[in-house]
Amino acid sequence: MIDPSAYLLLSAILFGIGVVGVVARKNVLIILMSVELMLNGVNVAFVAAGSYLGDPAGGVFAFMVMTVAAAEAAVGLALLIALYRLKETIDITELKVLKW
Amino acid sequence: MEAVLFILFGAIAVCGAIMVVTRKSPMASALYLILTLFAVAALFVLRQAHFLAAVQVIVYAGAVVVLFVFVIMLINVPEDRLPVERATTLRVLGVLAAGFFILESAVLARRYTMPRGPVEVGTVEAVGRALFTDYLLAFEITSVLLLAAVIGAIALAKRKA
Repeated sequence: MIDPSAYLLLSAILFGIGVVGVVARKNVLIILMSVELMLNGVNVAFVAAGSYLGDPAGGVFAFMVMTVAAAEAAVGLALLIALYRLKETIDITELKVLKW
Repeated sequence: MEAVLFILFGAIAVCGAIMVVTRKSPMASALYLILTLFAVAALFVLRQAHFLAAVQVIVYAGAVVVLFVFVIMLINVPEDRLPVERATTLRVLGVLAAGFFILESAVLARRYTMPRGPVEVGTVEAVGRALFTDYLLAFEITSVLLLAAVIGAIALAKRKA
């Protein structure tokens, strides 16, 4: 039986790598994938904490996070397609119409 | 045994995640994302969360990543038109922020101890029981969320430009 803190640390590492992807990359597709990575890191913490504490809420919330991630991917990719049709680019730094 | 498997799958998950954020081609990133998701599913199995591991593989690897691959192929950005990535201050700041976050979590995780009950909370029975009693409202609202996502995705992607 390994220490619960190992799971929490792994969860933080996955989340941190996701943060790097979101902040540092310019490709919208990879930014969306990094968001999925972050959500997955959170799921690791939910499942580990739930199973160590003996609370089924951990599993239920991990389930909810997966649902939200699926919905987010669907809408995000639809936005991306609409965007590519309009601007012919997936570079996030070129999308500055709203920037004053 | 559990420790060995945890280190193995944890290392696979972290390496895959690093590859996802560092690859130039989005298709390579998507494939490494599948690797990470499978490793995380294996970690769920280690925590006796078999149902969640199955859902992870079916919903993430089977639906979300396929959607990503589909979109990558659909818009098919040529190699020379991919965004040029440069080592900017933003990138350094991002790595720094993530490093601080991981350090802080490590300190907190060390301090916080959990009881080690040998319980199965991620099985079909445990999740189903909790989902349809205590969290029924959240479950029902999830269906509204999915409906909204379907309608939103169709409305956004189908519009004539």
